Amino acid sequence: MSVLVYTESENNTYKKVAFEAVSYAKGIAEMLGTLVTAVAVNGGDSSQLGKYGADKVLEVSNEAYNKFNAETYASIVAEAAKQESANVVVLTSSANSKFMAPLVAVNLEAGYVANVTELPESTSPFKVTHSVFTNKAFASTEIKTDVKIIGLAKNAYGLKENQAAAAAETYTPNISENNGVEVVSVDKATDKVTIADAEIVVSGGRGLKGPENWGMIEELAETLGAATACSKPVSDMGWRPHSEHVGQTGKPVASNLYIAIGISGAIQHLAGINASKVKVVINTDEEAPFFKAADYGIVGDAFEFVPQLNEKLKAFKAQNA
Amino acid sequence: MKILVCISHVPDTTSKINFTDGDTKFDTNGVQFVINPNDEFGLTRAMWFKEKQGAQVHVVNVGGPETEPTLRKALAIGADEAIRINTPATDGFSVAKQLAAVVKEGGYDLVIGGRESIDYNGGMVPGMVAKIIGANFVNTCISLEIEGTDATAIREIDGGKETVKTALPLVVGGQKGLVEESDLRIPNMRGIMQARSKPLTVKDPVDANAETTAVSFKKPAPKGAVKLVDNVDDLIDLLHNEAKVI
Repeated sequence: MSVLVYTESENNTYKKVAFEAVSYAKGIAEMLGTLVTAVAVNGGDSSQLGKYGADKVLEVSNEAYNKFNAETYASIVAEAAKQESANVVVLTSSANSKFMAPLVAVNLEAGYVANVTELPESTSPFKVTHSVFTNKAFASTEIKTDVKIIGLAKNAYGLKENQAAAAAETYTPNISENNGVEVVSVDKATDKVTIADAEIVVSGGRGLKGPENWGMIEELAETLGAATACSKPVSDMGWRPHSEHVGQTGKPVASNLYIAIGISGAIQHLAGINASKVKVVINTDEEAPFFKAADYGIVGDAFEFVPQLNEKLKAFKAQNA
Repeated sequence: MKILVCISHVPDTTSKINFTDGDTKFDTNGVQFVINPNDEFGLTRAMWFKEKQGAQVHVVNVGGPETEPTLRKALAIGADEAIRINTPATDGFSVAKQLAAVVKEGGYDLVIGGRESIDYNGGMVPGMVAKIIGANFVNTCISLEIEGTDATAIREIDGGKETVKTALPLVVGGQKGLVEESDLRIPNMRGIMQARSKPLTVKDPVDANAETTAVSFKKPAPKGAVKLVDNVDDLIDLLHNEAKVI
């Protein structure tokens, strides 16, 4: 018996979602009275995983796995789960995790629930709470299989320190080569904070009147160390790249802080961003639906308030650095 | 090429989300159901293959008779045939098992689903279908080209995109980008008339136990009213001292 957690990394550095997943896995392991085993593919400094409760780390080190391949990674996780007799497997909500999770589930004949927001409400029966209807409700779902797979929602559980040994073991999974889907090229900005990883997201809408006015959005994002995003009309009109579109049919956002500038707050937009913890809106139209969804708001002109906000935040950051 | 597009029958985004029977069931009262938006992008891409490269396009849904208007809409948009597997869509795994049986029997080369449905957001069905039938799988697919049995796809990754080469048989979890919003088609009268006489086959389900069961639902606690401020100093103060996010 054990809880297995897949710990995602990039360029041999663990990502924050890996620490969050380990924190969560530790929480379940304590409920079950068992230990946490992490599995990492070309991962980072495994002692870091110990800080959040990993008792053991299976380290897979193989250049052939440098490019993510869902089938291969799913096989590694499934093999590790079998070796460790894991009864719970914890994955996350990253794009790669969501890609491989259904493959792991079929491989292990395990029930899988995505977007889980809390520790299980009970372990016998095994019941978990997860967001449904695009964050408009929560479901309590019983997983009935022997092995349970949990896809942890982003930024829902948080980091919890709980020191454990993180005993590292070299792990060579016995899996067959799969080249059914081969990565040809990866196009990824390395100098920018991604919407998926960002703690803060600064997002602009049609109220900004044109792509030439995005300078102040980018400056504010830079001051805050935030990712930039936009509403659907803005990406449809080609003012900003599609990759910045957040909302129901765009990217989901679950940041600590979401700042909406000149965005009215169409229901499709709100559905995609309402997993964010704190929402701020700046809009000239006090009737804009976003004011109903926001925690803080300024009824006013973005062209007046955003540059002011940026200047004052710079001063604030300098003072609090 | 034979294409199967998996259609989820979901409440329209603007629907009020409520539950009945002691919060154990979704309340469909007054709810308008639509083709899941992510599936509609896939259906439209399938129509493009049909018109530009020649393909047969079938649509499938797992559900009761109440989902047939949604399948008819897909036929009106241009699909050739529809299949309804006559069993309630309970959990992702049992739905995937039903779909996998249809794919095997029909010998489809390409299966297109949505990256997730907007009701249960599980995002697991296309991947499970692929794994069960042993087909290649690309998720969060934003571009798909097919030549012969070779496929080139672009998938969205965190912070960018990735181009992959793969081959049929292939399952994709699709989304906006497969086609653009402006390419989506509203059925015209001719399409709606034709859809009435296109085949809609009702199939019995295969045996598939649900691995997970939604036991109850709840809505988030009501949110407090927005705090309005009229200057950025107050906003920074609130974000720092009250919300503690900066």
